[in-house]
Amino acid sequence: MKPLLRVENLVTAIGSARVVDGVSFHVAAGETYALLGESGCGKSMTALSLMRLLPDGGRIVSGAVQLGETDVLGLPEREMRRVRGGQMAMVFQEPMLALNPVIKVGGQIDEALALHQGLAGQAARDAARALLDAVGVPDAARRLDTYPFELSGGLRQRMMIAMALAGEPELLIADEPTTALDVTIQAQVLDVLRRLRTERRMGMLLITHDLGVVAENADRVGVMYAGELVEEGARDTFFAAPQHPYSRMLFEALPRPGDSGRLTTIAGQVPRLDGQLRGCRFAPRCPFAIARCRTESPGWQDRDGQRVRCHLAGSLPATSVRERVAHLVAEHVSQPLLQVEGLKVHFPIRRGFIQRTVGHVHAVDDVSLAIEAGRTLALVGESGCGKTTVGKALLRLIEPTAGTILLGGETITAKNAPTLRRQAQMVFQDPFSSLNPRMRVADILLEGMDALGVGAAGTRRDAIARLLRQVGLPDDAGDRYPHAFSGGQRQRIAIARALAVSPRLVICDEPTSALDVSVQAQILNLLKDLQAELGLAYLFITHNLAVVEYLAHDVAVMYLGRIVEQGPAAEVLRAPRHPYTQALVSAVPRIEPQIGQSIIRLAGDQPSPLNPPNGCHFHPRCPQAGAVCRQTYPGQTDLGGGHWVRCHWVAGQV
Amino acid sequence: MSFMPVVLWTDRLIFALLAAVLELVWFIRRHPHLRAPWAAVARRPMAMGAALVLAVFVVIGLLDSLHYRERLPDSPPGQPQYSVEVLSAFDALVGPLRTRQEKTYSAPLAMQLYAKEFIERDGATVRDYPRLKYGGAHLKRADAREPDIVRRILVGLAQGLAVGLLLFGLLAAWQTRHRHMVFGTWLTAWATGHLGWPGRTIALTVALMLMLGMVTFHLAAGYHVFGTDKVGQDVLYISLKSIRTGLVIGTLTTLVTLPLAIVLGIAAGYFRGWVDDVIQYVYTVLNSIPGVLLIAAAVLIVQVAIEAHPDLFDTAAARADIRLLALCLIMGVTSWTSLARLLRGESLKLRTLDYVEAARAFGVSHARIISRHIFPNVFHLVLIAIVLDFSGLVLAEAVLSYVGVGVDPTMYSWGNMINGARLELAREPVVWWQLGAAFAFMFTLVLAANLFADGVRDAFDPRLEGRR
Repeated sequence: MKPLLRVENLVTAIGSARVVDGVSFHVAAGETYALLGESGCGKSMTALSLMRLLPDGGRIVSGAVQLGETDVLGLPEREMRRVRGGQMAMVFQEPMLALNPVIKVGGQIDEALALHQGLAGQAARDAARALLDAVGVPDAARRLDTYPFELSGGLRQRMMIAMALAGEPELLIADEPTTALDVTIQAQVLDVLRRLRTERRMGMLLITHDLGVVAENADRVGVMYAGELVEEGARDTFFAAPQHPYSRMLFEALPRPGDSGRLTTIAGQVPRLDGQLRGCRFAPRCPFAIARCRTESPGWQDRDGQRVRCHLAGSLPATSVRERVAHLVAEHVSQPLLQVEGLKVHFPIRRGFIQRTVGHVHAVDDVSLAIEAGRTLALVGESGCGKTTVGKALLRLIEPTAGTILLGGETITAKNAPTLRRQAQMVFQDPFSSLNPRMRVADILLEGMDALGVGAAGTRRDAIARLLRQVGLPDDAGDRYPHAFSGGQRQRIAIARALAVSPRLVICDEPTSALDVSVQAQILNLLKDLQAELGLAYLFITHNLAVVEYLAHDVAVMYLGRIVEQGPAAEVLRAPRHPYTQALVSAVPRIEPQIGQSIIRLAGDQPSPLNPPNGCHFHPRCPQAGAVCRQTYPGQTDLGGGHWVRCHWVAGQV
Repeated sequence: MSFMPVVLWTDRLIFALLAAVLELVWFIRRHPHLRAPWAAVARRPMAMGAALVLAVFVVIGLLDSLHYRERLPDSPPGQPQYSVEVLSAFDALVGPLRTRQEKTYSAPLAMQLYAKEFIERDGATVRDYPRLKYGGAHLKRADAREPDIVRRILVGLAQGLAVGLLLFGLLAAWQTRHRHMVFGTWLTAWATGHLGWPGRTIALTVALMLMLGMVTFHLAAGYHVFGTDKVGQDVLYISLKSIRTGLVIGTLTTLVTLPLAIVLGIAAGYFRGWVDDVIQYVYTVLNSIPGVLLIAAAVLIVQVAIEAHPDLFDTAAARADIRLLALCLIMGVTSWTSLARLLRGESLKLRTLDYVEAARAFGVSHARIISRHIFPNVFHLVLIAIVLDFSGLVLAEAVLSYVGVGVDPTMYSWGNMINGARLELAREPVVWWQLGAAFAFMFTLVLAANLFADGVRDAFDPRLEGRR
């Protein structure tokens, strides 16, 4: 069968860097081809080259792109405009940025329809409604008259997909379509994409870094590294036996349920592409590399339908077994390090000329937590559920409205905040915005010591050297500025900054969500080592359940400002009881095929915390909801072993 | 001592500013991340050419800021008395340019006055254009003027070129030694622009300026290059003296603007709440008053104050100086709002960044957060604003002086020159050279400042980062 899209030896350069270097693949109609790789490997540039939408300074050096009968690279720009959107369409990562905020979504979809199908007026409106129905937007007619800001992230991404479909494209390029979305919403959007592909027999090029998404959606997989395609194969064979060392290490770097050993990390970074590259590009980071790898670039080898570019293909040792380390069990101490009772954070909403308070956003509503020294509590939930607010309120970066915080047996008030700051510190999500670009690393580390008067001034130099060693940074790092470091190294600096005042509790706010899988593994290993070494307690705020399972001892699941389920990590994640936790766990894309577990898809979005639903906050989305759920908020149901839920259904009242 | 140094208020501030700039340069040299954008500025030919032109203006302005009073020749030795006229190092350098005063208007490079007068010639009184006292006085006959001018221009060009080549040779010698290169390869690199710094532009600008300077020098020795004004003063001299006024207005006003804009802008953005409200109300109110009205009122008040206390100022220069300073102050007070608004917006964004939160988690004080985290990260905006505002302020001075609320009428400034030329434009034949000279000087300064500002903005603007 003739493939829909055929890419031959595509080479794209930006300036002198060859960001896409000799990539060839093909996509058949009705097939999903996934491009997999870490950031900076040229996945997005490949997609932009296909659309001929390269950024300034980018140009396609050589190669051929054949879409159906059309030679895409040979077309004049005028013709190309018809191909874009008409024959191939693209869905971008950030639904917040890809829609024009001052035009109603209906208008934006109509524009695409007018352009590619020549529809106008009522016909366009009907077609737009049909498109919204196709992408599963409820209440489509009304949504056409809304502005993008009125829609949630998931709905916006569906609008984007609807717009992409307006030209009835043969090929849909989805560039990280769900990376910015929550898991339950991600599951909805991926469902839509899968259904559309089958219904319309579209080819789909799915660009992602998430192995789970690939496993659930792709038919064939191509792994990219440093601008080159290094492995290609059908999904099942690829997931059963990845051949390239890079692919293998991507798998091993992923925290997996039931396995708490050290994660495999990939040393080093993706090489810069503007220099002279000799040999296999992965060789400097490859543990199996031989002399030949460094001098000779490997060609393609065929192995039972799987193609791989590696000199050692087939002769690599069988997938290495991860060394198993017993889950670090810190003994229970009678006195928890941190005890939070009834924490509430309400933000007043002010309106009008005199800024009268007209209502409150209940960002955190009655949260109680306890963490013992040397243990990790993970706070899990979708964005907007208030988990970050909890973290900040604990450090009094946001003043709590009510509740008591006991740290080391001492009640923290506004007065003794310095005590709190010595004992509890925070690591932030984005290592690029959490370090002042105008300060040297040593000054960044010194800041906390200076402010809190930790250690004598004379010993601080040594302390910095020790900290840098502790987080695995070179000794001369202190004299450099943050821009000299990669994302992972920056996150290490951020961790060192928190450790500088020797805290007993570290609040980690999504510390790995901005990082690549292999770097994430390094940071998770580091956090685990530091916990073992220093007896730190972590409050780990995240939406990534795989990480939770790897790192946390206990889990608290938050929904709309309240904790709905809490208990030991293994128990909560393996046998979730609350319907929300169940949905959350089942929505995570898994590499291993799910056996005997039906996938629960949640409808709709998380409501606004401005006016949460009456009764149980979750009841509008809950498959089990009954009459009682709509009236009263459920009390705590103890399931033993420290595991409890707040659900009428579990309590047997429905 | 044959002179007494006089330090005017603006002199003090100018040299304080110079010291601050040198300090800043020294500070920037030691910090690679601060140095990088300046290195980018230094690689831009246009910006470097403009910087050289600016440097010439600045040197003249600085020389003109070293004031002194000469000792009167007939004063008794025990009790020295000094002239009431305040001179500057620049006056001493250009010497005769100042003293060679004609009777009234004369055209550029003329040897006769611009108006007919009754003169005695061969015993008879005739009405004709009299010869100038200085301009072309060395010439015996009128038809010797043009060849003389051409000769002087050629000599000037030749000397300028010679000095330029000499400097270029020295540069080449130093560079080839420094870089261990053969002269030929260095020359090729220079000619093709592969030196890593804009050698071609710099060499050409320097050569052009040298030639222009030499030509002017030779012409000025025998003629009034830009003619003379109503009272017979050399217009070239007035234009050169006006440079200092322009620079003072352009820089000292910024000195007033900056603290207000930085403190209020950052405070509004960082603290938000009622602080933000108060500051916003203040600048909204200030913005809604017409600037000229406010400046006119303030200048008149200062004028009245100066006249009420004549004992405070020993010379006319000191009086004019205070008025200039007052003008800088009032222009500064009215023009801080736009920069403050910019800084407020940026601080609003920065305060939510994680590194500020991290600092707060350490209990770092507000003052320290602002000085270490906020200020360094908005500094590029301040810098861009300074260089962009400079040319606007120079032009504003001209407009204000023209309207009559600018600097003291006795002070040399382009605005006053334009104001003086205004009435003569109606004259037939027209007296154009005052306006022309003011225009040429102002245009050069403002164009150079704007080109330099463009270079600085391109290097510092984070939105253009990718294209560097």
